[in-house]
Amino acid sequence: MEIKKGIPVSPGVVISTALVLDAEDLAVPKRHVEPSAVEAEVARLRDAVSAAIRDLSALRSSVSSQYGKEIGSIFDFHIGVLADPSFIGPIEAEIRQQQVTAAYALSTVARRFAGQFLGMQDKYLAERVKDIYDVERRVLHNLAGQEQESLAHLESDVVVIAHDLLPSQTAALDRRHVKGFATDVGGRTSHTAIVARALGIPAVVGLGNITAEVSGGDTVIIDGDRGLLIIKPDAEQLAEYQEFERKRERLEIELARLRDEPAVTLDGHAVSLQANIEFPHEIEDALKHGAEGIGLYRTEFLYLTSEKEPSEEDHYRAYVDALQRLEGRPLVIRTLDLGADKFTQARQTTPERNPFLGDRSIRMCLHDIPMFKRQLRAIMRASVAGDARLMFPMISTLMELRQAKMILKDVCEELEDEGVPFRADIPVGMMIEVPSAALMANNFAKEVNFFSIGTNDLIQYTLAVDRTNEKVAGLFCPAHPAVLMLIRDVIRHGQRNNVSVSVCGEMAGEPLYTLLLLGMGLAVFSMSAPDVPEVKKIIRSTTMAHARQVSRKVMSFDSERQVMHYLREETRKIIPEVF
Amino acid sequence: MHPQTMASVSREVVIANRLGLHARPAMQFVDLANRFRSSVRVETLGDKPQQADGKSVMQMIVLAAVEGTRLRLTAEGDDAEEAVAKLAELIESKFGEE
Repeated sequence: MEIKKGIPVSPGVVISTALVLDAEDLAVPKRHVEPSAVEAEVARLRDAVSAAIRDLSALRSSVSSQYGKEIGSIFDFHIGVLADPSFIGPIEAEIRQQQVTAAYALSTVARRFAGQFLGMQDKYLAERVKDIYDVERRVLHNLAGQEQESLAHLESDVVVIAHDLLPSQTAALDRRHVKGFATDVGGRTSHTAIVARALGIPAVVGLGNITAEVSGGDTVIIDGDRGLLIIKPDAEQLAEYQEFERKRERLEIELARLRDEPAVTLDGHAVSLQANIEFPHEIEDALKHGAEGIGLYRTEFLYLTSEKEPSEEDHYRAYVDALQRLEGRPLVIRTLDLGADKFTQARQTTPERNPFLGDRSIRMCLHDIPMFKRQLRAIMRASVAGDARLMFPMISTLMELRQAKMILKDVCEELEDEGVPFRADIPVGMMIEVPSAALMANNFAKEVNFFSIGTNDLIQYTLAVDRTNEKVAGLFCPAHPAVLMLIRDVIRHGQRNNVSVSVCGEMAGEPLYTLLLLGMGLAVFSMSAPDVPEVKKIIRSTTMAHARQVSRKVMSFDSERQVMHYLREETRKIIPEVF
Repeated sequence: MHPQTMASVSREVVIANRLGLHARPAMQFVDLANRFRSSVRVETLGDKPQQADGKSVMQMIVLAAVEGTRLRLTAEGDDAEEAVAKLAELIESKFGEE
C-alpha cells in the first residue's frame, strides 16, 4: 500500500481499478503487467508493429512517387528494422521475462541498440541512432493509440491514471465506466480537473510520478476531497474508505435536511449562500446542496473544453441552459477570465514572462474586442431568460471598467437596432481581486451594482505568493491581516454605497472564515456546492452580535497565526465536529 | 541427406563504398539475402571479429562495417553458391553508390 498526496480538483471518493495511460512524448516508465496478461501484451506489440509497417509502406509509396525512389527508400530501413526478428525478438522476450509493458520493453531494447550505435567510431553510422528512435516513436505512438481506442470501449469501471490527460484522450473515453482521474501533473485549471468536474467524478492532480508507480489493474482509491491517491490499499484502508462512504451518505442525508432551511443567524440576520459553477449541469447539484443561486459562473470553461473558440451561439445556449435550470434564481456570469495558465500560454506565439501580471482576463478581452463582444451579446440575449447578472473580472483601474462598460453599451445598442430583446437594466458588477481595486473600492462602488471579492487572486497579488509554487505556497494565507483589511474595507465601502458584496473565492467556503466574514457584514457567500451545508450550519448556529465581536477581535491581531488560532477556537465552540 | 542441401560456400569481400554498410546498403544486402533459402552469415575480419545474420538488418548495421572492412560471407543451403555470388557482387558494386 502506498499513499500519495496531490491537489484535489474534483470532490468525491472512488475505489476502483487503475487504467494507466502512457504519454507519447515522455520517457516510458517501467510498468509491470500481470503474468496472465503477458501474452496479450505481446499481441499488442505485434499489432502496433504491423500497423507501423503498414504506415511506413504507405509513406514510402507516397514519398517515392513525389520525390523519387531514392528518397522513399529511407523508409526501407525502418521497415526492415521492424520486420527484423533480431529487433522484435528481444522485445518480446523482454515482455515475457520481465513481465513489463510492450512500451517499456520496446524502449529498453531500442535503448540497447541505440547504445551500440552511439559507440560506433564511424559518425555516419552512429547517426543511424536517429532511425532507431524514429522507429521506436512510431510504435509507441501506435501503442498509445491502442490505449486510446481501449478507453472508448471499456467493459468495467476504471479510474484513469495518466501523466496529464490530453483533450484527445478525454474526448475518446467511455464516460459510463470512467470513475475518476489521477495525474502526475496539473492544477485546478488543467484539462483533467475541468473534465472531472464536468463529469462529476473525483480527481487528484499533481501527484508526482504516479504513472510509474501504478500498474494497470491495481486497485486504487482516489480521494478527491483530501487530494489522496492510495495505491493497492490494504484491507484496513479499504474498510476505512468503505466506512467513510457510508458516513458520507449519512452526512449527506443530514445536510439535505438543512437544504431548505434559510441561512439566517439565531438573531435573525439573513445572508445568501450561493454556488460557483463551471458548467450549467452543475446547477442541479448546487441546488441540492442548498445554494440559493449561482454567485460565480466561470465561463472560460466554454473555451477550455473545446479546441476552437466558442461561437456566440455556443455561449448563448450555455447561458440560457443555466438560467432555465435556475428557475428564476440569480446567475452571476463572469466574462472570460482566461490567461496566465497553460492553455492560453500554449496558444500564444511568445509565452509571457510573467503571465499572472500579463495579458489575462479582462485585459485580454479588451485586446480582442470582437471576441469579447461575442460573449457580451450572448449574455445580453440570454438575460431575458432569467435573473442574469454580468460581472467583469480582474479590474485594476477605473479606465478598464469604463471601457468594458462602454463595449457592453455598444453591444446593447446593436441588439436594440436589431430588435433583439435583452434586459437593459441587467446588474453589472466587478470582481475585486487586485489590491488596487480593493483600495479604490469606494470609487468603483459608484460605477457598479455589485462587487465580488475573488480571494484567491487577491491573496496572491497582495502577498506576492504563487500558491502553485510549492516553495512559497506556505506563505499563501487568507488570514493574513493585510488581506483581511482589504476585504473588510471592500465590504464597508460596498455597504456605504449600497453595493452588494460577495466573496466567491475559496475562503467563502471554508468554515474557518465563516464567522469572520459574517461579522464583517458580508451579504453573499459563493462557494463550491459541497461546502454550502457546513457554512450554513455555522451561520444558523451563531448570532450576528457574536460574529461582529469575532471580526472586531480578529482585526486587532497582527499575525495570520493568531487569526487562525482564534477563529478555530471560536468556530469549534459553535460546531465542535467541524475540525 | 542430399549433399546439395549441405552446401556451404564462403567468400571474402571488402566494403568499397565510401559510407560503408549504412542503413540503405544494409537493407539492400538483407533484402537480397532474404531471397535465398540458404542461411547467410557475415563476419568481419580483423582485430575484433564480429558476426551477423545476413538476413537481419539490425545485426548487419551493428557490424559497423565502414569502407575498407573485410568481410567473410558464408551461405549454407541448396542455393548457397548463388547467394554468395550475388551478395558479393552487390558489395563490390558499391551498392550502386558513387
